[in-house]
Amino acid sequence: MAHHPAHADHAPEPDYIRAKKGIMSWLVTVDHKRLGLMYLASVLFFFLVAGILAIALRTELFTPGQDFMSAQTYNKVFTLHGAIMVFLFIIPSVPAAMGNFLLPLMLGAKDVAFPKLNLLSFYVFSVAAIMFISTLVMGSIDTGWTFYTPYSTATGGAATMAVFAVFVAGFSSILTGVNFVVTVHRMRAPGQTWDRLPLFVWAIYATAVIQVLATPVLAITVLLLGLERIFGVGIFDPALGGDPVLFQHFFWFYSHPAVYIMILPGFGIISELLTVHSRKHIFGYKAIALSSVAIAIISFLVWGHHMFVSGQSELAGIVFSFLTFAVAVPTAIKVFSWVATLYKGSISYTTPMWYGLMFLWTFTIGGLTGLYLGTLSIDVHLHDTYFVVAHFHYVMVGGTVVAFIGGLHHWWGKMTGKMYNEKAGAIGALLVFVGFNGTFLTQFFLGHQGMPRRYYAYLSEYQFLHQISTIGSWILAAGLLWTMIYLLHSLWYGEKATGNYWNATSLEWHTQSPPIEHNFHDTPHVTGSPYDFPEIDKSGATH
Amino acid sequence: MILGLFGAPKADMVGTEQMSADPWALLPAASTNAQAIDTLYVFITALCGISMLGVVGAQVYFMWKYKKPANGHRKTSPITHNGRLEFIWSAIPALFMIVLFAWGEIGFVEQFSPPPDAINVRVTGQKWDWTVEYPDYPGAVLSSSSAVPTEEQQKQLQAAGEWGEDIIDRKPTLIVPTGVPVRLTLTSKDVIHSFYIPVFRLKRDAVPGRYTTYWFEATQEGEFPLFCAEYCGDEHSSMIGYVKVVSAEQFEVELKEATKLEQKDAESLADFGKRVFDRGGCKTCHNIDNDEAKTGPSLKGIWGRSEQLTDGSTITADDNYIRESVLDPNAKIVSGFSPQMPSFAGRFNDEHITALIEYLKTLK
Repeated sequence: MAHHPAHADHAPEPDYIRAKKGIMSWLVTVDHKRLGLMYLASVLFFFLVAGILAIALRTELFTPGQDFMSAQTYNKVFTLHGAIMVFLFIIPSVPAAMGNFLLPLMLGAKDVAFPKLNLLSFYVFSVAAIMFISTLVMGSIDTGWTFYTPYSTATGGAATMAVFAVFVAGFSSILTGVNFVVTVHRMRAPGQTWDRLPLFVWAIYATAVIQVLATPVLAITVLLLGLERIFGVGIFDPALGGDPVLFQHFFWFYSHPAVYIMILPGFGIISELLTVHSRKHIFGYKAIALSSVAIAIISFLVWGHHMFVSGQSELAGIVFSFLTFAVAVPTAIKVFSWVATLYKGSISYTTPMWYGLMFLWTFTIGGLTGLYLGTLSIDVHLHDTYFVVAHFHYVMVGGTVVAFIGGLHHWWGKMTGKMYNEKAGAIGALLVFVGFNGTFLTQFFLGHQGMPRRYYAYLSEYQFLHQISTIGSWILAAGLLWTMIYLLHSLWYGEKATGNYWNATSLEWHTQSPPIEHNFHDTPHVTGSPYDFPEIDKSGATH
Repeated sequence: MILGLFGAPKADMVGTEQMSADPWALLPAASTNAQAIDTLYVFITALCGISMLGVVGAQVYFMWKYKKPANGHRKTSPITHNGRLEFIWSAIPALFMIVLFAWGEIGFVEQFSPPPDAINVRVTGQKWDWTVEYPDYPGAVLSSSSAVPTEEQQKQLQAAGEWGEDIIDRKPTLIVPTGVPVRLTLTSKDVIHSFYIPVFRLKRDAVPGRYTTYWFEATQEGEFPLFCAEYCGDEHSSMIGYVKVVSAEQFEVELKEATKLEQKDAESLADFGKRVFDRGGCKTCHNIDNDEAKTGPSLKGIWGRSEQLTDGSTITADDNYIRESVLDPNAKIVSGFSPQMPSFAGRFNDEHITALIEYLKTLK
């Protein structure tokens, strides 16, 4: 809750989209909202591209044999699908797109701490994206998004360019992370103590810390891989005297924390959606905020659970398994707290709320199936099968992407000034829910049946489950296309959004939609929790 | 779609029965390890089922019970936290995590601690087949290189109208007895592969430049598929074969039968040589139908060809040079290639090599 100092009426001020005109005003903008919107357009474009690739893969898998893709093509397509989704969509999706837009608004600030650095970060990301896309005309890559050595050392194509694209993208991630950490420390509104921060801010903060600490390791790793490919320096390739398992250690030392770079911001969004649309104070604010920090710390100590069967020592496997279970506890606490938040609320079935509720289903499956994989002896069976594919899609898509789409609807009016159609939104959410579960629930069974991942053709006994999965993916694609269409439609034909269309309390709702260029006419002063809704019964009668 | 019917590693091509007729059921458990794993698997599934029911049940109940009234909002609960409840729902999962960790750890340690009387088997991965050697049984070497034809070979076979099971030299990748522990030692010649036997619930990566091991004791006779589970390039999906589990009494007989490589009655020396060539997995590194070099030089037109060697001298590929190249491959390396070929001394006897030379003569 916040109050504004009494002030004279302001002259009407144009919003940030109309404040300046011309293409140059966008290309050199240092406005965090415009940069957020530019990131949003970029990541949605890459989501579309990598999504089309995913549908191509699923369609190829409709029959056991070769349909329209050769083995080589399939290998390139699954590599591109994974690499684009991870590096150009999910990692920048919530932090760079929504974080940029919302963080200063939620803090009552005019902008991030270093606006020019923010612009640089966007251009670094763009360069990385162009480098990555250029691999398509350089013979493409077939290494998988994990670039495992020595395969990636020896394979042809554009693997060198691809790893340098990842290297450059990492710098964008680091710059954004540094910017956000400083912003949260230095730019909070008067009265906004750490326990009055929206949980989205806590989540973005924990994410930014991981980005700053973990991404340099990825940069070093891909740099070493590049050196090996170009100069033949023996680091990972045993033929040159290197150690291929060392690469996996380096890679997962970054990429496991990166999983939390991908999911923590989603957690933040869910905390906002479930409270606003049930008019309830979040249950267990401190537990949720601190569990984000706990997850951020433990996430650095679990990388070896990707390597239980890789040839690392059994003792290392045992330690990593223990730490992996340790990370499950704070995650469970979050899920229970979210469900408890719904208790005695007043739930509106808006599109963001449908996605919030969907998340509780899909993410819980994603989390629970992690227990199978964290259990050492079971992982030996399930490792590198479709069970793993299903598990991480439940976390990445059922977690992050569902939260992202929910957040997109929640703040759509704030960002664009236009409201989407609620009925269309509900239909889209239903299609996404049915399609997503159809696609990936079956894959747990495929995995247990022994179906290995990254196979373009398979034994015919797996056909039935593969076909359900493929049909599910078509429904999911229809739901996402439908969502894209009505959201675009709303830009021209949608109702105008009011300043606080959800009647919410955090600071981004204390300015008009879309906000003015400097966010607020006057610095807001925070006097209470961001989840202190007027509907909450303070009389003590509902206890 | 039509292509799809042919160009697939179909179950009948691997030559095994379906592992499981019902796609939702558990796989057959064909080893002592698999039975132990399944018990734990069922336990976790029950635990997850109950948790899921609890979370989603509460969620759906709240969704129904606390739906917003048609007009306006009702007053909502001011509750913000509950220390006792939060402690309980942290402590109970933590306890279950410790149980799962310990249970999984015990099974894991077991999987990698072979009993001392286990039969030793060496498994070597290479793009895209497995070589399986039994050091305790001299001369016993199995190769899955011909278990599943590559995509290219399938197309050629279709074009030639020679598609049929008899065309494939169908051999198990691995033969093991029931009731006797077997210890696998894995490695790879090129990139990382992973030797995965679903009915035993076991896999481990085959890593170049190091050895990894696991062991099992099979309990059920039959033929079961095995897969490469670590992505290894173009024909990763074809790097499949099968394990044949036989009774302990039959084991040596079956192994001898499967590794036997003898000229059949009325088989020409060149035809026999082709089988030797296939069994050796030679085509992994040598082209035979075009001049393109792979890891090794093309063998098209090899017999009588003059080759320049790395030391600058020239040699004609005659019977003796070919024989030397099979038994001591790195003695004379053709210019432009590196010494990578393994020796076949001990695997191929004189008859094999003679037949092989006759076969190579036919490659023009």
